Amino acid sequence: MRRWTLWLPLALFTFFVGLAAYQLTQPKDEFVHSGMLGKPLPEFDMRPALEGMPGASLADFKDGQPKLLNIWASWCLPCIAEAPQLEALRAGGAQIVGIAVRDKPEDVSRFLETHGNPYARIGADDLSELQLAIGSSGVPETFVIDGNGVIVHQHIGDVRESDVPKLLEILQEAGQ
Amino acid sequence: MIAELGLAALWLAAALAAMQLIGGATAQHNEESDLALLVRPVAILQGLLALFAFAMLMWLFAVTDLSVKLVAENSHSLKPLIFKLSGAWGNHEGSMLLWVTVMSCAGALIAAIEHRLPEKTMRATLAAQGFVALGFYAFLLFSSNPFERLPQPVPEGLGLNPLLQDIGLAFHPPTLYFGYVGLSVAFSFAVGAMITRQVTPEFARVMRPWVLGAWVFLTLGITAGSYWAYYELGWGGWWFWDPVENASLMPWLAATALLHSASVLAARDALRAWTIMLGVVAFSMSMVGTFLVRSGILTSVHAFAVDPERGSFILALLAIYIGGALLLFALRASSVAEGQRFALTSREGALVFNNVMLSATLGIVLLGTLYPLVTEAFDVRVSVGPPYFNPVGAIFVLPMLMVMAVGPLLRWRWDRFERVRLPIAILVALVVTTAVVIALTSDIGVLPLLGLSLAGVLAIASFLPLRGRKLWRTPIATWGMVIAHFGIAVALFGMASESAFTSERLAAVNPGDTEHVAGWDVTLQGIEPVAGPNWTALEATLVAQRGSGDVVTLHPQSRNFWAPPQQTTESALLTRWDGQLYAVIGGQAQDGRWQLRLWWKPFVTLIWYGGLLIALGGVLAIIGRLASDLKRRHIRAQAQQRRADRAGRAVGEAA
Repeated sequence: MRRWTLWLPLALFTFFVGLAAYQLTQPKDEFVHSGMLGKPLPEFDMRPALEGMPGASLADFKDGQPKLLNIWASWCLPCIAEAPQLEALRAGGAQIVGIAVRDKPEDVSRFLETHGNPYARIGADDLSELQLAIGSSGVPETFVIDGNGVIVHQHIGDVRESDVPKLLEILQEAGQ
Repeated sequence: MIAELGLAALWLAAALAAMQLIGGATAQHNEESDLALLVRPVAILQGLLALFAFAMLMWLFAVTDLSVKLVAENSHSLKPLIFKLSGAWGNHEGSMLLWVTVMSCAGALIAAIEHRLPEKTMRATLAAQGFVALGFYAFLLFSSNPFERLPQPVPEGLGLNPLLQDIGLAFHPPTLYFGYVGLSVAFSFAVGAMITRQVTPEFARVMRPWVLGAWVFLTLGITAGSYWAYYELGWGGWWFWDPVENASLMPWLAATALLHSASVLAARDALRAWTIMLGVVAFSMSMVGTFLVRSGILTSVHAFAVDPERGSFILALLAIYIGGALLLFALRASSVAEGQRFALTSREGALVFNNVMLSATLGIVLLGTLYPLVTEAFDVRVSVGPPYFNPVGAIFVLPMLMVMAVGPLLRWRWDRFERVRLPIAILVALVVTTAVVIALTSDIGVLPLLGLSLAGVLAIASFLPLRGRKLWRTPIATWGMVIAHFGIAVALFGMASESAFTSERLAAVNPGDTEHVAGWDVTLQGIEPVAGPNWTALEATLVAQRGSGDVVTLHPQSRNFWAPPQQTTESALLTRWDGQLYAVIGGQAQDGRWQLRLWWKPFVTLIWYGGLLIALGGVLAIIGRLASDLKRRHIRAQAQQRRADRAGRAVGEAA
């Protein structure tokens, strides 16, 4: 055996320890990110989730205006926590299209009466079809869509107060 | 008071481990110093103290002392006693204490009875053992104290994870720990041999029972874990290439290689440096496994309580012990003479081939397990699964199995190929014929095809070493080898058959509907709620019949535990000599039909029977080796006695 080969195990082991130590210091990212970022929205056309409001379709996202697409549901508790922030986003000039996942019109109506209605439109995604198609793995999630219907950004989980300025900024950039 | 006694014992044991390390180290310069002479007694005392500490923890769990944090978090006063006791090691702190206890007891045992190696080597070995134990004591005392008290006792404990309240799983982790600890003893022997440059056949003989014992426990642990995943998780699979499973497979692969190379060293004084290297690698694999599981650095389907602080601590221990041993290896291995030479066609040649293939397989599994860690450093997420492990592993495993069929027929040192030509030709012809017949009569993948045809031939070949021997005079260790190799063939047949011939049926059914799978007619008779001590379940009644055979009922359940809330599937298994019917009941669809999943898995049980046979082979090998060691010791003692008598007589005559 050549002498240098005797050092090989130690070298490999050092590499492993270095790698493991580096990974231990990295924050663990538990989220499942969408593979659809940078890609256009798929074709869809949904009935309104609430009577008296418009539904949602792909065409609504192609009018040149960037928008927020909010995946939510009346049965989702973090969505209640998120409601004031969505209101703040709307007040900041964001157009928000809601997608109510597996929901009933009467529940949607009750939720919006209690927690406010920040939405310009609400589509009903009864089988989570759109949710799955755009790579969202949970409720709530908020996507930034540019004026041509391309997915620019994905926010996983409820929108916190500190996220509002960042989302507005991304929305503005998407409009340029 | 009990908890404080346990903690005090732990501190004392840690101090003794430090003393053992220092004593063993000074013994390398001055063999007669007071400290050097104390190494053995100190090791024994340390083992007893650790055992005492663990007994105190068991006591706390048995009486459910809710003023102790660990008990409050992991136990419950209304649990059956057996699960109270198993709760002592069903958590991070307790399992680490169990680990170090078993390790110190092993150290105490070698200190008490092992006298075959030079005393200097023994002291270096015990010093290494003390050093490793010291790290684990530090881990327990500074970061994972099992005896920590709560400021206020709580009225009731939190209970144990329902998935773990299973008698099989109560014993699965300790089995693996015994395996890991056995490898730590082999590691200490390897370090001791390196430090004192005593890499001799005697060293291999002394180390071998520990490696064999560790290997038997690992085999049992993996077999049990695989069966648990198969029936409890309800996915119908028995191996998922999950990081945690790989963490138990890697030490097994290394231990398998080690026990074969140790045999070469013991019998022929060859492969010295290689055996030392494997001794280090085998233990490092068990530590790497522990690190991967406890640090949560890899995402696994196994939900373990993970904690980056623990991860850092284990990584630091890993770096010190394994890094140190590998450094020692790099410095010393060139001065370890290579030992006896041998021809390519020889028992050693076949064993070297087996070792290289096992190490390559180990490398493949290690690479696949760690690959996500590498890519994540570059922000790319991947998950490595069967499409990588199965074919790439097979490249090395299949040739190894072929050589395994032939190797035991070869003679040590040098053999003529002509001598074994006939059996080899027959075996090859058999493999080819079976493969062709199977390929013509059925439509299965390449790997299962190769697996099936090899399994049959391996089963026959594993008994060939008995040819021409008187069976009752064949050494027990040889029987052990034969049975372990036969077990490999049996397990391989089960694996290949399961992957080639499994039939699956997934259907939405109404009560009264009948589904068909592989000749079985299965009727859903009804679904009823049932309740257990801490769960409720929907239980299906299935009536199964094959052809005109007996009618059998099965009861798969979908269980809901409420503390902690968790849903589990309880699959129902029906075992026949030629396979298992596996039924899982799922949720109810909106139209009222129930999701029913049925599998017929031909010969799947052979996978675990094979595992048991392999372990049995290991047990026989240990018995055989220990028996011959004892015999040798007896003969040596007799010879000494006779010499002493003769000398005495001579002195008497002279007077």
